[in-house]
Amino acid sequence: MIYRENGQFKTSYGADQQIFPIAQDRWAVIAIIAFAFVGVPLLADEYMFRAILIPFLILSLAALGVNLLVGYCGQITLGAGAFMAIGAYAAYNFLIRVDGMPLLAALLLGGLTSAAMGIIFGIPSLRVRGLYLAVATLAAQFFWDWAFLRIKWFTNDSSSGSVSVSNLDFFGWNVDAPAEKYLFCLGMLVVFGFLAKNLTRASIGRQWMAIRDMDVAAEVIGIRPMWAKLSAFAVSSFFVGVAGAMWGFVHLGSWEPAAFSVDRSFQLLFMVIIGGLGSIVGSFFGAAFIVVLPIFLNQFLPVLGRLVGISISTAAVSHAELIIFGALIVFFLIVEPHGLARLWATSKEKLRLWPFPH
Amino acid sequence: MKIRSLALAASLAAIGMTSAVTSTAAFAQAKEQFFPVLVYRTGAYAANGNPWANGYIDYLKLVNANGGVNGVKISFEECEFGYATDRGVECYERLKGKGATVFQPLSTGVTFALTDKAPVDKIPLVTAGYGRSESQDGSVFTWNFPLLGTYWVAADVAIQHIGKQAGGLDKLKGKKIALVYHDSPFGKEPIPMLQERAKMHGFELILLPVAHPGVEQKATWLQIRQNRPDNVLLWGWGVMNSTALKEAQATGFPREKMLGVWWAGAEPDVKDVAAGAKGYQALTLQHSAEPNSKVVKDMLEKVHAKGQGTGAKEEVGSVLYMRGLISSMVAVEGVRKAQERYGKGKVMTGEQVRWGLENLNLDQKTLDAMGFAGVMRPVQTSCLDHMGSSWVRVQTWDGSKWVPGTDWYQADDKLLRGMVLTASRKYAEEKKITPRTPEQCKQ
Repeated sequence: MIYRENGQFKTSYGADQQIFPIAQDRWAVIAIIAFAFVGVPLLADEYMFRAILIPFLILSLAALGVNLLVGYCGQITLGAGAFMAIGAYAAYNFLIRVDGMPLLAALLLGGLTSAAMGIIFGIPSLRVRGLYLAVATLAAQFFWDWAFLRIKWFTNDSSSGSVSVSNLDFFGWNVDAPAEKYLFCLGMLVVFGFLAKNLTRASIGRQWMAIRDMDVAAEVIGIRPMWAKLSAFAVSSFFVGVAGAMWGFVHLGSWEPAAFSVDRSFQLLFMVIIGGLGSIVGSFFGAAFIVVLPIFLNQFLPVLGRLVGISISTAAVSHAELIIFGALIVFFLIVEPHGLARLWATSKEKLRLWPFPH
Repeated sequence: MKIRSLALAASLAAIGMTSAVTSTAAFAQAKEQFFPVLVYRTGAYAANGNPWANGYIDYLKLVNANGGVNGVKISFEECEFGYATDRGVECYERLKGKGATVFQPLSTGVTFALTDKAPVDKIPLVTAGYGRSESQDGSVFTWNFPLLGTYWVAADVAIQHIGKQAGGLDKLKGKKIALVYHDSPFGKEPIPMLQERAKMHGFELILLPVAHPGVEQKATWLQIRQNRPDNVLLWGWGVMNSTALKEAQATGFPREKMLGVWWAGAEPDVKDVAAGAKGYQALTLQHSAEPNSKVVKDMLEKVHAKGQGTGAKEEVGSVLYMRGLISSMVAVEGVRKAQERYGKGKVMTGEQVRWGLENLNLDQKTLDAMGFAGVMRPVQTSCLDHMGSSWVRVQTWDGSKWVPGTDWYQADDKLLRGMVLTASRKYAEEKKITPRTPEQCKQ
């Protein structure tokens, strides 16, 4: 009743092709972004910022990158953690080795380095696909894990192998307080989110999707698989690399290679699978699910136990957290194999028919 | 079905948000001194994390049973992080909001991540026997307290002990010493000190990293077989230690020639190998297994006999249990010291506890009175020395229990001081910190 586009006439091609053609969607998105920029900083406390919101925003960005490659171009990757690490260490090296390097430039250069490495490690995708490609990208993960542990130059000869960054300065704005870090991450995510959305609507995104759906057919209609696949690897690695640099710089502040282990790669892949392959909004759902749910369970279970009058030990909570989390993943994959984004789309469809479903 | 699951998702998210907000807002004002406890009772290192956590909490309970710190009761809350750095940081943020005044992360990785945050939040970070070695310099690392010893102390004493066994440090020339280490900041910490010592005495240092969690060591021990080092230093944690001892047994490397750091010298490390680890030595952070000490007897009588023990009764007095207990004790004593200056019977703030930790002075008489006779030697911290003591013993596994050695070692102060200052000044320069002057220290 409310969510219906009746009476919204489009009089130009521009209006027809805009990102959110339905006015309600447009206003909802603007309202959410405005709320995130204005409302959240007023409401959230430091714990929310540092432990939940900032990790959520950064991992959303990484999931967005992985989704471009896996969801839109159909190339499975298990090396996302490695590309996050490349972004983080490259940005770190640019920042400390070049005098007066601005923060934003360091982050973007980290992303570009990651993109270049993405192209190199994407070359096997020209020959192999599916699970075989996943194994090839896993090699990238192990190689970079090894490199950042062993090659001292990358960590500026730090004896412990741990590097740290502080005094983040964004064009004179000292990104220091949790709320400022949140706003910085949010700003980056909004820019990259719109970039990703537009990329997938443009010719390059359509090429990726053609390759994903059937690469032989795509080649027949004149799409160059090499260009399409490698550009997907490059763009995806760029997003993931920037996210990695932000994870190190903004969220952790000081990190070791274990922060970008193979677990991180799996985590990112699960995010896009649970959130919804080939969906921008799905990346956000997936990131929220994987970042927030374990922490929520960890805090909620003792409270629940107290309500029914039993005290649960820390170990039991931790085990229960893993069990419930795993069960929920299986549950969602059975109920909706296309991910949370599909649930969202379905509910929007239903909303349009409400209250008179047929 | 879909609507149902959607409703489920929505309600979950809603509850999550509200509970996260409310749980952090609670607790804010309590009349108790709040101790956060970061633990890992699950995951790859749980076998070692459990006794430590039990000892830590049991001591807090004992303090409460004795009437608190000058009447101020202690409250505490555990947070499980599974030795993962990002979850550890989440725990820190969560417990910080509940009024934490002293943190003990029990993970070198988390220590590194929190070192920059502690000065901002004004919460002292106690890392008893681990953490960053250069943080001994309190003029730069105002909020870090690597009490009782750092990895550089351990590395230094390890070489002293090997030298003593060989009949003098000059006899080390031309020898080969292998370091089998956990490939993480924890395992890499001793390397600079060992390299320094290798240069001084002319022995060859062989570095053999082992990837987390350390169950795959076949290649490492093959290298040991090929290189035939005279001694092996074991810098492991959790399952890595027992695996290393099993591999040593399989390759026939004499266990008597193996020396572990204090995190590789507890019961869970050798229990599975039992007789196979006989003769294996490990450094101790002053204490060994102390089932006969007075504090353990007090614990059994006042806490465990009343059914309030955190873990099993048999575990009380074991090596890691004692480590947790002592870590807890130094933090509590920091609070007690702070109360001397800022008002007895009051709840201290993070800044006040920091002062207490920096001016800690536990002489032998005090320690004996608290039941630590034979367990510990005096600890005295100052602005320049946040470690307070570098006494180390060596204990030997006799096949069924740890036997503490009679010799007490101390790190070479001149060597240690020089390295600490170089590293801490480098850190200060990187972070643009001005080291505190002696006048500022007195405040």
